Amino acid sequence: MKHQSIAEALRDGIAEEMMRDARVFCIGEDIGVPGGWGGAFTVTLGLEKRFPERIIDTPIAELGFTGVAVGAAMMGMRPIADVQYGDFLYLASDQLINNAAKMHYMSGGAVKVPMVMRAPVGATGRGSQHAQNTERYFTGVPGLKVVAPSNAYDAKGLLKAAVRDDNPVMIFEHKLLYGSKGARAEPGAVDGTSDVPEVDYVVPLGTAALRRQGEHVTILGWLLMAHYASSAANALVPDGIDAEVIDVRSLAPLDYETIGASVRKTGRVVIVEEGPKSGGVGAELAAGIMERFGESLLAPVTRVASPDVPVPFAPVLENAYRPDVARIVEAARAVYAT
Amino acid sequence: MPEHRIQSPADRVMAYEKDFLLSLYERMVLIRTFEDRVKFLFLEGLMPGTIHQCQGQEATAVGVCFALQAKDFITPTYRGHGHALAKGATVQSLLDELFGAVTGCSKGKGGSMHVGGMERGILPGIAIVAGGIPVAAGMALAFKMQRTERVVACFFGDGGVAEGAFHEGVNMAAIWNLPVVYVCENNLYGASTRIDKVMKNTRVADRAACYGFRGETVDGNDVLAVHEAARRAVDQCRGGEGPVLLELLTYRRTGHSRRDTCQYQPKEERDYWFARDPIETFARRLMGRGDVQASDLDAIRTRVAHQIEAAVENAKLAPPPSVSDLETDVFAPAEDEG
Repeated sequence: MKHQSIAEALRDGIAEEMMRDARVFCIGEDIGVPGGWGGAFTVTLGLEKRFPERIIDTPIAELGFTGVAVGAAMMGMRPIADVQYGDFLYLASDQLINNAAKMHYMSGGAVKVPMVMRAPVGATGRGSQHAQNTERYFTGVPGLKVVAPSNAYDAKGLLKAAVRDDNPVMIFEHKLLYGSKGARAEPGAVDGTSDVPEVDYVVPLGTAALRRQGEHVTILGWLLMAHYASSAANALVPDGIDAEVIDVRSLAPLDYETIGASVRKTGRVVIVEEGPKSGGVGAELAAGIMERFGESLLAPVTRVASPDVPVPFAPVLENAYRPDVARIVEAARAVYAT
Repeated sequence: MPEHRIQSPADRVMAYEKDFLLSLYERMVLIRTFEDRVKFLFLEGLMPGTIHQCQGQEATAVGVCFALQAKDFITPTYRGHGHALAKGATVQSLLDELFGAVTGCSKGKGGSMHVGGMERGILPGIAIVAGGIPVAAGMALAFKMQRTERVVACFFGDGGVAEGAFHEGVNMAAIWNLPVVYVCENNLYGASTRIDKVMKNTRVADRAACYGFRGETVDGNDVLAVHEAARRAVDQCRGGEGPVLLELLTYRRTGHSRRDTCQYQPKEERDYWFARDPIETFARRLMGRGDVQASDLDAIRTRVAHQIEAAVENAKLAPPPSVSDLETDVFAPAEDEG
């Protein structure tokens, strides 16, 4: 067992998959430049020394290298592509949404696109264009699988499952959770470390994780918000509110089995999302829960999310933008009182 | 129009085996007959959807694809019937697909714009303009990493050159010396907009030099000139010295899509190109050899007409998909364990 950060666990996971399978390679910007950073958040640091032909640095061309990854995947390779910031996925979205996601369907099942796209997200002092939680734009795309790990164990296990899956899988990672070190360390980072087994394992795609058992209210979150949800649950104990916390972890498909079991038990739901409330993943979750488990609900589903504004820069504004523990506690109390 | 004319090389029609030349002729006739028949079926209202046809451009697809081996791949566009037929797709698999039949090359899920056949080296058509350009680079990257000597021929039109995907894709193919023949079918029009309205330098082949590789402009209505240029390009790519940009000057005799009557094409220009029809001019050259009779060519046209008619009759009876197929082929089922 090792105790690792998300960045370290992802790095080990990528290296192990590259050792296991010669078809796996990494492609992206600044990922393997000697003397560089190993990608924007050190995940691929040093891998170019071990795999000189399979860490491919690209021009600054997100649409282009995403298309390259799609093409290589269709010809039997298993690329792991990454963008430096999730905001740049908009440039790559034609290749992701029109080609990667649809090629299997529109070929009648003849073509497979086994590729991984990694993307860092989260508001972290960078203003509006290096901070968005872009996972929401890809969760409604048929043909894409989307995961969002909150700790090192999940990050490595989901990465391995993604590499081994025959479909395009997007992995959203939070900048405040990486545990990146040195010049790439993030101010205000939150501890995403965990124990990681030495033996090979995967975390199956499509599964949520129960983080805390409770009886009174279900709090759903992912990435940074999964941590805040757990903190909120602890803060609710003195009130006599016993919250159950689920790390949604797989945003497409959603694990309604795990979520449903919890909703049936508690009858009360708070969904926490970093990102504008309108049109978010939380909206889909809320509707999906009401369609499936509406008869179990004792109170309307509640969402805690960012307001419908771009991500601001000034720390006081950014802190107001990002849901925090106090807002989650407040929402849980209100739902419990209903 | 002078910028769109190029001197053909000396006629080398005597330098080839008669059977090979007749096979080029037959494939061009197959494409023309297919397209004319399909147009009629659409006008009759027997076919669903829309079509983008390639009458007048048969020499580009056939000249290039006859320079490829079975193991090589092409990336067609939404105007892809000719590309697919040239690379060896069966008439029946395409017609069934156009009729929306489950027996079609994509089980009726792709339609006219996405015809393909992976077993014959035909990627399903990518119908986003220039979307195949980075994808082709990725396929070629896979071939290079797999140390196979396969080549990709990537078709696109003059309209695609204005897309960012062109710049990003060819640049990556260039910096990594990838085995891609970029085939620009320059037919003067992107939909209804003439090239000189949207391009200052309308000599597309010139762009290759900007990226540091070789470009060549060829009379795209001369199937032998296309074929010889394509063979040089394929050899160069197979030798590890790709990519190559071929600009094939040609003309679309039919509308951009099904109800377009080409009012924007000046009569003088249409007359010029209709007089240079790739099939008619090649027929005259064949007959000039002395060993090809008009009756030989008649026999080919008759054979092809019967082949197409039989396929049309089959396609009219081909079964549609079951409604239960709607939700299949979204994801590849089996997880690959490498």
